[in-house]
Amino acid sequence: MSILQSYKKGVKAGVPIGLGYLSVSFSFGIMAVSMGLHVWQAILISMTTLTSAGQLSGIGTMMIPGQYASMLVSQLTINVRYSFMSISLSQKADDALRGVWRWLLGFFITDEIFAVASTEKSVSRSYFLGLAAMPYVGWTLGTTLGALLGNVLPESLTGALCIAIYAMFVAIVVPPAKEDRRLLAVVGTAIAASLAFYYLPYLNRVSSGLSVSICAVAAAALGAWLFPRKEEDDG
Amino acid sequence: MDNRSFFLYLLVMAGSTYLIRAIPFALMRKKIKNTFIRSFLYYIPYAVLSAMTFPSALYATGSVISAAIGLGAAILVSFKSKSLTLVAITACLTVFLTECVMSLI
Repeated sequence: MSILQSYKKGVKAGVPIGLGYLSVSFSFGIMAVSMGLHVWQAILISMTTLTSAGQLSGIGTMMIPGQYASMLVSQLTINVRYSFMSISLSQKADDALRGVWRWLLGFFITDEIFAVASTEKSVSRSYFLGLAAMPYVGWTLGTTLGALLGNVLPESLTGALCIAIYAMFVAIVVPPAKEDRRLLAVVGTAIAASLAFYYLPYLNRVSSGLSVSICAVAAAALGAWLFPRKEEDDG
Repeated sequence: MDNRSFFLYLLVMAGSTYLIRAIPFALMRKKIKNTFIRSFLYYIPYAVLSAMTFPSALYATGSVISAAIGLGAAILVSFKSKSLTLVAITACLTVFLTECVMSLI
């Protein structure tokens, strides 16, 4: 496949992510401005950080003066999952995607970009850059629109848009999980653990970013121990 | 908040988010042979997305009921289709219509 072809293939695969991000970052834009940030600040945060949970938690921290250490700790716990994704993706990167390219393209590793890239056997620079294009545009544009006209839209519409990101997660997990009982067991374990962290006393004091990391690492480790995968399983 | 503390906060937030992504990506050059680690890395993204969705998604919309129905619709559609866009749009529409119906009752 030529460079242009694989770039185009990536852009095409990124369109649904971009649409999903448009709606999710729209709600981020609304929240940022309602918390007291300027429109340009909301946009700058989205353009430099490119993450949902981390930004949401981050703008909450920003409202309190001098909480730089707390900001660092919460960002690291919420985002530690990206390290696992980066390691996983590094295994699929082709020979040309290395050195400075990894430092450049690493910026764009989000849950959804990673999940879509993972479905490829091998990931090239042009494919990954194409894949990141629409999500980046969608994330920036959605934040801008939300920050500018969030208060104009009725609440029923903004509420409906907020489900988009989760629907996208469902669409990524369900198709492989229905084909593979081992994966289904891992998914079930992660959900059960997450419910426990949300509803049970004491456990529900753990911050949501950290609890997601704990649940995911525990479920995946249990899966890797009970249901190890052979090379040919992973495509 | 003055501009100086905004940019300091931004630096901490954007900088830590970038480094936690880029450092492992840039430094892992070898293929991992260990079966446990390979299996772990295969399972981790699905485990992360599942834990992020349940139960947080239930509280993302105006009511738990509309969110649950919207999520149910997303699961049903993703059994039949692999299109992320179709699944996302279906879920949004379902939530919107459910909330319209609920406001009438």
